[in-house]
Amino acid sequence: MPIIEARNLTYTYPGSSSPSLRDVSFKVERGEFVLLTGPSGCGKTTLCRCLNGLIPHFYGGTLSGELIVSGLKITEHPIHELALHVGLVFQNPENQIFALSVEKDVAFGLENIGMDREEMRRRVEWALEVTGIKDLRDRAPHELSGGQQQRVAIAGVLAMRPEILVLDEPTSFLDPLGAVRILEMIKKLNEEGLTIILIEHRLDLVSRYVDHVMIMNEGSIVLDGRPRELFQSSYPELLGVGLPKVTKLFNMLRNDGLNFKDVPLTPEEASRLVEEALHDRGR
Amino acid sequence: MSFLEGFRFRGSDSLMHRLDPRVKFVYVCVIFVIAVVYTDFLVQVLLFILQFPAVYLGKVYRQWMKSMRGAVFLAVFILVSILLSQYFYYGYNLLLSDFEYALAMSMRFIVLVASFSIFFLTTSPDYLGLALEQSGVPYQFCFAFVTAVRFVPVLADEAQRIIDAQRSRGMELEKGSFLKRVRNYIPILIPLIVNAVKRSLELAESMESRAWGSSKKRSSYYTLKLRRGDYALAAISIAALSISLYVKYLVMQGLIRIPMVLPLILRT
Amino acid sequence: MIEVDNLFYRYPSGVEALRGVSLEIRRGEFLAIMGKNGAGKTTLVKHFNGLLKPTSGSVKVDGVDTRELSVAELSRKVGMVFQNPDHQLFCETVEEEISFALKNFGFDEETIEKRVEWALHLLDLERYRKSSPLVLSGGERKRVALASVLAWDPEVLILDEPTIGQDQRQKEILRQFILQLNAQGKTVVMVTHDVEFVAECNPRVVLMSDGRIIADGAAKTVLTDFKTLREASIIPPQITQLFSSIAKYGFPQDVIDLWEAKSILHDVLLGGKVR
Repeated sequence: MPIIEARNLTYTYPGSSSPSLRDVSFKVERGEFVLLTGPSGCGKTTLCRCLNGLIPHFYGGTLSGELIVSGLKITEHPIHELALHVGLVFQNPENQIFALSVEKDVAFGLENIGMDREEMRRRVEWALEVTGIKDLRDRAPHELSGGQQQRVAIAGVLAMRPEILVLDEPTSFLDPLGAVRILEMIKKLNEEGLTIILIEHRLDLVSRYVDHVMIMNEGSIVLDGRPRELFQSSYPELLGVGLPKVTKLFNMLRNDGLNFKDVPLTPEEASRLVEEALHDRGR
Repeated sequence: MSFLEGFRFRGSDSLMHRLDPRVKFVYVCVIFVIAVVYTDFLVQVLLFILQFPAVYLGKVYRQWMKSMRGAVFLAVFILVSILLSQYFYYGYNLLLSDFEYALAMSMRFIVLVASFSIFFLTTSPDYLGLALEQSGVPYQFCFAFVTAVRFVPVLADEAQRIIDAQRSRGMELEKGSFLKRVRNYIPILIPLIVNAVKRSLELAESMESRAWGSSKKRSSYYTLKLRRGDYALAAISIAALSISLYVKYLVMQGLIRIPMVLPLILRT
Repeated sequence: MIEVDNLFYRYPSGVEALRGVSLEIRRGEFLAIMGKNGAGKTTLVKHFNGLLKPTSGSVKVDGVDTRELSVAELSRKVGMVFQNPDHQLFCETVEEEISFALKNFGFDEETIEKRVEWALHLLDLERYRKSSPLVLSGGERKRVALASVLAWDPEVLILDEPTIGQDQRQKEILRQFILQLNAQGKTVVMVTHDVEFVAECNPRVVLMSDGRIIADGAAKTVLTDFKTLREASIIPPQITQLFSSIAKYGFPQDVIDLWEAKSILHDVLLGGKVR
């Protein structure tokens, strides 16, 4: 059974005249690393807010269709219950840290569910370890860099031990090096079994990690499949999605008549394809 | 304002920092009560001198002096206004005791500022929030308090960025009539308030996503435990309070008289 | 146009953000200042419109030391568009927002009207003329911020991280817009860490690290110097990385442009051109 399943999901924000989500249907299997992308305003942020119940419980509005996450129908369970299965990390790390010390903040969610202190300490230790911020435990959030803050935010969500981690443009406020570090950390978590839904624009940074891509436009999912299948056409570019440069390069070469064994997502893959092509020509 | 710096928590590992906030609060209240109960200059001076050990134990001398400078400045105002009102009230005739009284009132103000300053300088808002929680204040208020403190530096930074942005559009804060300068705060306040509202929306989303409201019985990661130092300070404070109140009782019965300071000074 | 001479800047908190920066920006240049967060890029450009004054060294705009001028006076020539438009939007309508700076700079009513009209048209905001800037989308608010700066027609335009949060289409529009402004004679300085965007724009590139400039030259030269890029914590453009891995086959090492790369690979793999 898929860990997330949406059927004909349609949603209109309160006071809005047109729906932000139109007839959205998709399936996500356990352990997948999903990329959700699309031009600005396509509805990806709205969709990720549905995954943990912020829509409809926090935002109101009209929701029709079905969304089942970890076996729970989001309309039938309150946010605080869904929060145990789906962790949501937002763009701005500054606004996700409440306490005056990192350790206390990571424990926040666990305090909310009334966990006993011993168990909390174990969970917090684990979360700090996994996000690599053990040495920051006593620091005040304001003193930390953007990348460090984002790790604290992720640790706070991970401490709840959700099966699914949803991240809404988590690298927005980070420089490329900081972004890569966070993404590598997320990939490791994925390899350990965590299902990841990542919303991102910067495909050049993230394509290498994902195995399932969903592209949205104007409230609907228009493309859904594996990255290499989807990115070999020019359709994503027409929608306003920026493919990694090497992928684009090889698409252009393919249009000129060149044949390659694969679709590259990274410069390393691209160079291997060039080498193969040169050897083939050499024969 | 550097005066406010005298109330901003500075992290450190001093004795004062390690004391339980509730006990420190009791200490501050005791000082408050004694300062209010007595109107004698000598007592106020003694109370002030008693702050110094706390300041040194807290290692916050430099920051404390900031609030003291501001306090002395204001105390002078208090002194002058009391003297003036006495001058007019007593028919343009002032006795030594009137001066003594005015000095006592100004000193009382300084004493109160001094003790509150020490309290805030050596008490982490985190622990303060925890103290409130353990004292039975509903969690929503403690949380609101700590979160507000957490965001003070963030909002200060944001205010600076907004000022930079508006100055880059030709807005001059220093020039113009008083009215114009007041109006100049609108381009700063509106973005600040709008962004604060947006920020609180994001905070709310994040809180909800971390199971806010899940359990009626919220647990706590840290807990404040009273230790020897706390009991010691509590005992000292209560003892001081009892003695002071008893002495005041004796004074009111006419059995003891507290000497005035000014005559002693003038005689030498 | 802008001369920076051995600039040092220390924040009141004690942090030394700039340590001996020297730079010359000529009129009409297009320049990208790159480096990781904390390298000193924003601190440097804040000296160009006087928001910050040097701790030591000097900054001259059009020959005048910035210490002798106020921020308002310098802003007349050097317009800065900040990263977050929400730090400046406060008026009831987009129209008022764009006229704000014009009023501050003392333009007369007639000129203000014309300029507002022009800016609205330039950035495709005419339909939002009477709307409140606060109800517009993120991208639209960025355009309002940009329009409000262009309205007073500064000679120098500084853009602080213009590509953050923008999707590909928005970036493409921005790129063409910047190139158009530069072609019209405006000096454009862009602070960014988006290396792919810079590769597409092909400006002069200045790399900063730890408060110092460690590289200054054409995009082709700087963005292909792996050693210096690593020092600045910048990842080279994907095309450059690709060509570096296939260097042993004789491919050129100064390629940053997608179309140039395509044409080279096309020639080699299809046309049979021997390298």
